[in-house]
Amino acid sequence: MLFGFHWDTGHGELVFAWSILPMLLRGLVVTIEASIVGFFIALVIGLIFAVLKDVPLKIISYPAYVITEFFRDTPLLVQLFFLYYVLPDYGIILPAFLTGALALGIQYSAYTAEVYRAGIEAVPKGQHEAAKALDLTASLTFTHIVLPQAVPRVVPAMGNYLVSISKDVPVLSVVTVLEMLNVAKIIGDQTFDYLVPLSMVGGLYLILTIVASAAVRWVDAKLPKTGVPMR
Amino acid sequence: MSEPIIVFEDVVKSFGSHVVLDKLNFTVAPGEKVTIIGPSGSGKSTVLRILMTLEKINQGVITVGGEPLWHERKNGALVPASEAHLRTMRKIFGMVFQQFNLFPHMTVLRNITEAPTAVLGLSKKEARERAEELLEMVGLADQAQKFPRQLSGGQQQRVGIARALAMRPKIMLFDEPTSALDPELVGEVLNVIAKLASEHDLTMLLVTHEMRFAREVSDRVCFFDRGKIKEEGKPQELFTNPKEERTREFLRAVLEG
Repeated sequence: MLFGFHWDTGHGELVFAWSILPMLLRGLVVTIEASIVGFFIALVIGLIFAVLKDVPLKIISYPAYVITEFFRDTPLLVQLFFLYYVLPDYGIILPAFLTGALALGIQYSAYTAEVYRAGIEAVPKGQHEAAKALDLTASLTFTHIVLPQAVPRVVPAMGNYLVSISKDVPVLSVVTVLEMLNVAKIIGDQTFDYLVPLSMVGGLYLILTIVASAAVRWVDAKLPKTGVPMR
Repeated sequence: MSEPIIVFEDVVKSFGSHVVLDKLNFTVAPGEKVTIIGPSGSGKSTVLRILMTLEKINQGVITVGGEPLWHERKNGALVPASEAHLRTMRKIFGMVFQQFNLFPHMTVLRNITEAPTAVLGLSKKEARERAEELLEMVGLADQAQKFPRQLSGGQQQRVGIARALAMRPKIMLFDEPTSALDPELVGEVLNVIAKLASEHDLTMLLVTHEMRFAREVSDRVCFFDRGKIKEEGKPQELFTNPKEERTREFLRAVLEG
C-alpha cells in the first residue's frame, strides 16, 4: 500500500500495472512540481548571474563567473547532499522537496545564465543607443528594452533545460523525495516486481518530455520574434 | 550673432590608430540648421554620435549651452564627466538614427511615451497627449497602436522623429535619416524634417547625402573631409561656387551619382 492505494499482484501484469498507476501518477505530480519549482529558481538565479557577469566591475563579475563555473562543474548529487546534510548544521532546515528543487535550480542557474547572456547580447547595439539617446536609465533599458527582446531568443534553449531538469529529478530520491522513480522503487521493493513499475516510469517520462517539448514549441510560436509586446 | 549653443574646440577622436576627428573646431548658433556632408569615413556621423554621448572624445573640449559636455567643472578645473552629468546633458539632444532603432516590441505609441513617462515623469495621459500631437505632426495619427514591423521604413523613421521630439530636446541630431530608405519613401521623411525646420526654433544638425534637402532647409552646409571641416558656407554659395577642389570633386560625384 502506498498513498492509500493498494497494488494487485495476483491477477497478471496488466492488472498490476493498472493498480500501481495511481501511485506512479502521484509520483509524477511530484516530479513535475520539482521540475517547475527548480526551473523557476534556475530562471531567477540565472538571470541574476547573467546580470552580475556583465557588470563592468571585475570585483563583481569575476566572483559571479567563478561561482557559476563551480555550480556547473560539480555533480548535482554533491550539491544536493551539501544542501541536505550541511545546511542544517548552520540552522537552515528545509523540507526535502525544497532542498531538492533548490539544488536543481542552483545547478541549472549556471546554464540559464549563459542562455540569458547570449539572448541579451543578441539585442542590437542600436537598441542600446536609442535608449541612451532617450536618456533612459540603465536599469530601465534592461527591464523595458533589452529583456523583453531577449526573451523570445532564449525560449527554445530554456525549454530544453526544463526537459533536462525533469530528467534529473530522480536524483532527489536519495534525499527521500517521493518523485516518480522513488515511488517505482518502493513498489518494486515491496512486490519484488521491478520490471513493470520501472517500465511504466520510462513510459510516463517519455510522455512527459514529449508534452513539455510540445508546450515549449507552442510558447515559442506564440511569442512574437520581436519581443514580449509592450503597449 | 548670438552666443553659440555648440562649440567644438580642437576635438580629437580616434578609433585605434584611425583618426576620425582631427582637432576639429566647429560652432553652431542657437536655432541654426546645419547640414554636414562629406565622404564616408570623414567623421560626419561621429560628430553627432559624440554630441549624443554615444562616443567619447580623446582630446579637446565640447561646450553645449555654456556647459562642457564630456567634462565637468570641479574646483575650477575640467575633469571627465560623471554619468550623472552626462544624463543631464543628454536631455538637450534628440537623435534620429539611420536604422530608425525603434523598439520593435513596443507599439508606436509606447515607443513615443516610454521615455517621457519614465524619464521626465509625465503622467500616462500627458505623455499620450504629447505623443498623439506629434503623431499628428508626422502624419501618422492613425498608426498609434501598430508595431514598428507593420509600418514602412518611411513611416518608421517618422515615428523615430516623433519619439525624439517627445523629449522636447533643444537640439535635434539627424544621422543620415533617409539613407536606409527606399527612394520613394525619402520624400515623406524629408518633408517632416523640413516642416520641423521651418516651424520650430530647434537647433538642427543633419548628416545626409540628400543635397537637394541640404540646399533647401539648412542655413549652413559643412563639408567634412578627413576629420576636419574642409569648407563651409551658405548652401547657395557652397553648392554653386565651391572654393575647394575636394568639395567640387565630392559634389560632382554625389550629384552625378
